[in-house]
Amino acid sequence: MIDARRRTLLAAGALGSLAGTALLGGCVAAPPLRGTGDLGVVVERANGTLAIVDTTRRVLLAEVGGLGDLSHASVVFSRDGRFAYVFGRDGGLTKVDLLTQRIAARVMQAGNSIGGAISADGTLVAAQNYTPGGVKVFDAATLALVADLPAETTPGGPPSRVVGLVDLPGRRFAWSLFDANALCIADLSDAARPRITRLDGIGRQPYDALVTPDGRHYIAGLFGEDGLALVDLWQPQPVARRILDGYGRGEQPLPVFKMPHLRGWAVAGRRAYLPAIGRHEVLVVDTDTWQEVGRIPVAGQPVFVMARPDGRQVWVNFAVPDYDRVQVIDTVSQRIVTTLTPGKAVLHLEFTPRGEAVWISTRDDDRVSVVDTASFATLATLRVASPSGIFFTARAARLGL
Amino acid sequence: MTPRAVPVLAWVPAFVLAAALPCAAGEPDAARQQQLLRMVRQDCGSCHGMRLTGGLGPALTPGALADRPVEAIAATIYHGRPGTPMPPWRTMLDEADTQWIAAQLQAGLPDLRGAAR
Repeated sequence: MIDARRRTLLAAGALGSLAGTALLGGCVAAPPLRGTGDLGVVVERANGTLAIVDTTRRVLLAEVGGLGDLSHASVVFSRDGRFAYVFGRDGGLTKVDLLTQRIAARVMQAGNSIGGAISADGTLVAAQNYTPGGVKVFDAATLALVADLPAETTPGGPPSRVVGLVDLPGRRFAWSLFDANALCIADLSDAARPRITRLDGIGRQPYDALVTPDGRHYIAGLFGEDGLALVDLWQPQPVARRILDGYGRGEQPLPVFKMPHLRGWAVAGRRAYLPAIGRHEVLVVDTDTWQEVGRIPVAGQPVFVMARPDGRQVWVNFAVPDYDRVQVIDTVSQRIVTTLTPGKAVLHLEFTPRGEAVWISTRDDDRVSVVDTASFATLATLRVASPSGIFFTARAARLGL
Repeated sequence: MTPRAVPVLAWVPAFVLAAALPCAAGEPDAARQQQLLRMVRQDCGSCHGMRLTGGLGPALTPGALADRPVEAIAATIYHGRPGTPMPPWRTMLDEADTQWIAAQLQAGLPDLRGAAR
């Protein structure tokens, strides 16, 4: 059934692009003009396919295949919201046109990749790699290689796996080195001569990171110790300092069956909500003082802790075996107001641009659910094969996403 | 210690721990095997890649595991590897499960029967 639908859509897409050529103009109706502000994509992790969705009509528009191994795939968008850059596990970087519903460009850029970022000016796409470790930077228009930035554990030493890559204002990127306990800030204002500032000794095993929406603070989560590393990027000489040091000290950590993701991070008002490692808690931090101001017990090891765009709610999903649940924290009362069970193996959630609805992927039910964030009613469900990441084009306008 | 050395050294306790694993009491049944295969692809895949080619965790392909005794692999799954992100899976898997998974990994994981995913 999906195949039949895909063929129809492909045919429609082909007709659409034919109609775009002057020679055939008039023979076939051109596709209607449309914007991309309410479009998005869902990763079908098991079959190398990207589903293109319309978040207003809550429907699947098309499926674009041939993207390789999409386990743990992530997506960033071009500034115009037309192109999705998909970073595949197998090192494939694919640029997908949401309007023609086709692959616009694709390169195999590494052996094993984990994500990427796009520069604020939209001209550079950077990929973070595990094998070989390092960061590669591409021309966003053509995917031609612009810079290859190795990530050495020590000078001349073996490469480190790169995590927590984010874009910073001013054609800069930052990332962390899992194997070197370090982070790097790269300035590519002259892409031919990247300038890299490295901070060593930030803490053991940084596993992911985020940048605050204002671009000021870079925070790396540490797997190897209780705490996070914080860098104030507005300082002329940035240094890393520890925050939430020893948040679980003296207690036996629980097993972490999936690493939390910091990138979709939650800032609500002057508080930040962060997943604890090895504790079934969400940590609440004051973003002025960076002191812990509370912790909220939750149903399992948190994976994504995401604020609704207005900051009124924070939604949390969990690692196996607690991944059939999603919990919602009310940021005024600092309490869990509801626990939803949208299906088996909740892998990701994404809010619509203003947050009236959230899309939730449930991998083992082959389903994406659209849930009203005020009433918690399910507004729609879409059949999508093994869905994982959900990404909406509103990310194009936000720093760090 | 270079970071590269960590995985190698971490295998040492795995051998020791293997002795602590009781002998597997028979294979998991067919339904459980399907469940386990899915779990390995999907949940272990979070770190090791759905195709087990590695990620934050090392590759678990037959080539990568060629020199590892099945018992050591099973012990790593059951007990985890302290000091690394590899957790102990004993709350979700019993010894028979881990032995079976370890043997499958070393032989090359069969595709999920009848599932097009």
